[in-house]
Amino acid sequence: MAHLLEARDLVRTYQVRRGLLGKPTPVRAVDGVSLTVRPGETLGIVGESGSGKSTLGRMLLGIDAPQGGDVVFEGQAMPEFGTPQWRALRARMQLVYQDPLAALDRRLTIAQQIGEPLDIHKVIPKEHRAARVAELMAAVGLRPDQGGRYPHELSGGQRQRAVIARALASRPKLLVCDEPVSALDVSIQAQVVNMLRDLQDMNNIAMVFISHDLKVVRNIADRVAVMYLGRIVEEASSDVIFKTPLHPYTKALVSSVPVPGKMLEGRVILQGEPPNPANRPSGCAFHPRCSLANDLCRSRVPALLVAGEGRTAACHMVEAPADAVAA
Amino acid sequence: MTIADTSAPVTPDHNTVLSRMRRALRQVPFSVGFGIAWLAGMVLIAIFADQIRPYGITAMDLRSRLALPGTFPHLLGTDELGRDVLSRLIQSIRMSLVIAFGATIISAIFGTTLGFLAAKFRGVVEHLVLVLADFQAALPFLIMSIAILAFFGSSMSLLIVLMGFYGWERYARIARGLAISASAQGYAAAVVQLGATPMRVYLKHILPNVASTLIVSMTLTFPEIILMESGLSFLGLGVQPPETSLGNMVGFGREYLTRAPWIMLAPSLVIMLTTLSISLVGDWLRDKLDPTLR
Amino acid sequence: MIRFILTRLLRAFITILAVITFAFVVLRMSGDPAQVMLGPDAPNDTVLAFRAAWGLDQPLWVQYVAYIKSIFSGDFGVSMRDKASAIQLVIERIPATLQLTIPALLLKLAIGIPAGIYAALHRQSIIDRGVIFGAVLGFTIPSFVMGLLLVLLFSVILGVLPSGGQDTWQHGILPTLTMSIGGIGILARFSRSAMIEVMGQPFIRTASAKGLRWKDVVWSHALPNAAVPIVTIVGFMVGSLIAGAVVVESIFSWPGIGRLLVVSVTNRDLAVVQCILLMVAATMVVSNLVVDLLYGWLDPRLRSQSAH
Repeated sequence: MAHLLEARDLVRTYQVRRGLLGKPTPVRAVDGVSLTVRPGETLGIVGESGSGKSTLGRMLLGIDAPQGGDVVFEGQAMPEFGTPQWRALRARMQLVYQDPLAALDRRLTIAQQIGEPLDIHKVIPKEHRAARVAELMAAVGLRPDQGGRYPHELSGGQRQRAVIARALASRPKLLVCDEPVSALDVSIQAQVVNMLRDLQDMNNIAMVFISHDLKVVRNIADRVAVMYLGRIVEEASSDVIFKTPLHPYTKALVSSVPVPGKMLEGRVILQGEPPNPANRPSGCAFHPRCSLANDLCRSRVPALLVAGEGRTAACHMVEAPADAVAA
Repeated sequence: MTIADTSAPVTPDHNTVLSRMRRALRQVPFSVGFGIAWLAGMVLIAIFADQIRPYGITAMDLRSRLALPGTFPHLLGTDELGRDVLSRLIQSIRMSLVIAFGATIISAIFGTTLGFLAAKFRGVVEHLVLVLADFQAALPFLIMSIAILAFFGSSMSLLIVLMGFYGWERYARIARGLAISASAQGYAAAVVQLGATPMRVYLKHILPNVASTLIVSMTLTFPEIILMESGLSFLGLGVQPPETSLGNMVGFGREYLTRAPWIMLAPSLVIMLTTLSISLVGDWLRDKLDPTLR
Repeated sequence: MIRFILTRLLRAFITILAVITFAFVVLRMSGDPAQVMLGPDAPNDTVLAFRAAWGLDQPLWVQYVAYIKSIFSGDFGVSMRDKASAIQLVIERIPATLQLTIPALLLKLAIGIPAGIYAALHRQSIIDRGVIFGAVLGFTIPSFVMGLLLVLLFSVILGVLPSGGQDTWQHGILPTLTMSIGGIGILARFSRSAMIEVMGQPFIRTASAKGLRWKDVVWSHALPNAAVPIVTIVGFMVGSLIAGAVVVESIFSWPGIGRLLVVSVTNRDLAVVQCILLMVAATMVVSNLVVDLLYGWLDPRLRSQSAH
């Protein structure tokens, strides 16, 4: 099946000045990431803060330009940010934000804002606008009377529903969700995630779901990519990665997710400092926190290699299985 | 509004706004009430100046020159040429308000546009706006106006345009700051991401969000423009005879300070009360609308 | 710190250059200087000779460079009326203006700041109410009305002070008062609100909680912190001294720079107007610069922020 979205070798660096008179040094937020998304599929991207996952999401949408590599959407190269071509493409790809209150204009009603993509992209005639907005609101589980409300008059979950309805208004093919539920109460999180999954199935939307929370990703993603300091360290289908994680970092993440009815056994607890992109360790970036690290890990960066059927990992300790090499 | 009234029937929005306004009006302090009444009176006088003015502003009554106020038929007396002070006052109010109003609008539009441009394009445009603002800060406005009027001569349209440059940097600063914070993260960035053109982002989203702050700034600029215009007219560089404005009347009244102080006192009082009213109402509005602006 | 000073100096220089450019553009836009200088009836060959002599037949940018050169070498042109050097005329008037503005400034500082601080420390007292009322008057009464009211009261009704001229020291009283009354109110209000804001800060409460005497809290903790906004407004007042003098000198026929400006404008004596324009701008830029540098000294935080 053809890819909907393909990213090749994306690099994004920031200049960071350390101290008052320090020289500006480049910091690689995203360092050579490649990924693909097929139509209707959900790719989960998991990582701690500072792993570059949000920057990656913005590059996939063409909001931030990559300094290296390229993004191809529906077979076309991503147009430059702000150009008419880029703007037109917004009808096909949309972003769902972490903080829905900040993403909504506090002076416009919910219904006006949900309908805004319709006005911008002129996808349907004006007289169908109200009907389409009502349909969208019903789809995300908002009551019709809530359309006349202002953002601050809704709860956090309702606001996020409104943001999702707005993102879906122009019937996009790709939705990038950047921590869409982490600002919500845990009880609401599951509702919103389930709703997203239903909407995705109904409309055949592909999704890139960015989160630091493996539990949430597990509920929605078909495939999961784990990021550490700007690189993907492991990628596999959701079932496989949770059952048999290969990379020590993934193992640590997976072991920290409680499974109902099971004791937390063999839990791998992460040691050392959380990753800091400005101070990248040599070799495998994970080695200071890795219990298996040896001299090789400290000196050479492991490549992301095939590590089984449909899965890749970047770790010197992971042996490539013979059948995968043959395949 | 709280979660408690989520089940309440939806009331049309203007109804709640009206009742909110009514409630707010009941809490208006006396001084603000006076300010509102005075300003309303001034605006009415400016609109209906032609109807309520008892005499033409150049009509001379040579038999009753320098008549005392309170004497019939000249309620506020007459000036050195026997012209009715009340009629001239009414016309002056109209003139000064028209100039101040036009100039305030020009300055708000000009400043806000520059502020938005600086926020949108950053870099060179932003530095250019900053240099302009530095320039404006380096030349006291009165001096700059005097110089320009010296070089070009005074005319009504030049005067309005000139006054329209007063205080633009205040709007520019506000508009730029708010636009940048809205674009960096939040609703403006979200609308850009929906595919909206910059025009739509700035006019439909950012402008309404900064409007209340801008309107409050207008209440600061408006009285200052009135003072500036009357100062220029007082020096004989603003509104030129036979037209008349408040400052212009004070300037001419000054010649007769010893014999007929009322010529100068009447417009002085109007200037004072008008600027006082605007700052009273403006302060009150600022507290109500935008407590962050001080 | 050096970087901070350099950026400020650069900005000041650019601003001065902008003002000079403004003067040049306005001067050229207002008409042919030859016609303006020689009058409309001048014979044609005189006009041509004038143009050649002043370089007006050169391309505009050559004129611009020559203009800037002459400005920086102190040549501001010749006054049309007196045929004297414009800068000479202006310099002659400076002492008279300083005689009014310096005492007025001192009055503003000596009354305004203490009154504002006292009002902030004694909220709702008579002084506090007086400060608020005075500030409102300062904002709403234009100086020309204030001046005329003072003349009406002290010269016309009471007959104790002269209403115009520069002969004795009594002549200076009314103009100085006119210039300072509004400023006193404005300065008092600024000092008051700066002080109130500082007094509400947590470190003041900490200082009082430590058991420091109230007087020490005010003098060594509150006042230095309230100084930053007060310095700003004082700097602005110093910079706009000449602008304030324009109206007041006209009312009281005081032969200073302000009156010279108004007279020159009425006579369209462009060389003098332009000279005063540049002088005022220079005063303003320098006082802004001093305020900026004072900031860096008063508040080290600002220094490091602006270094970026």
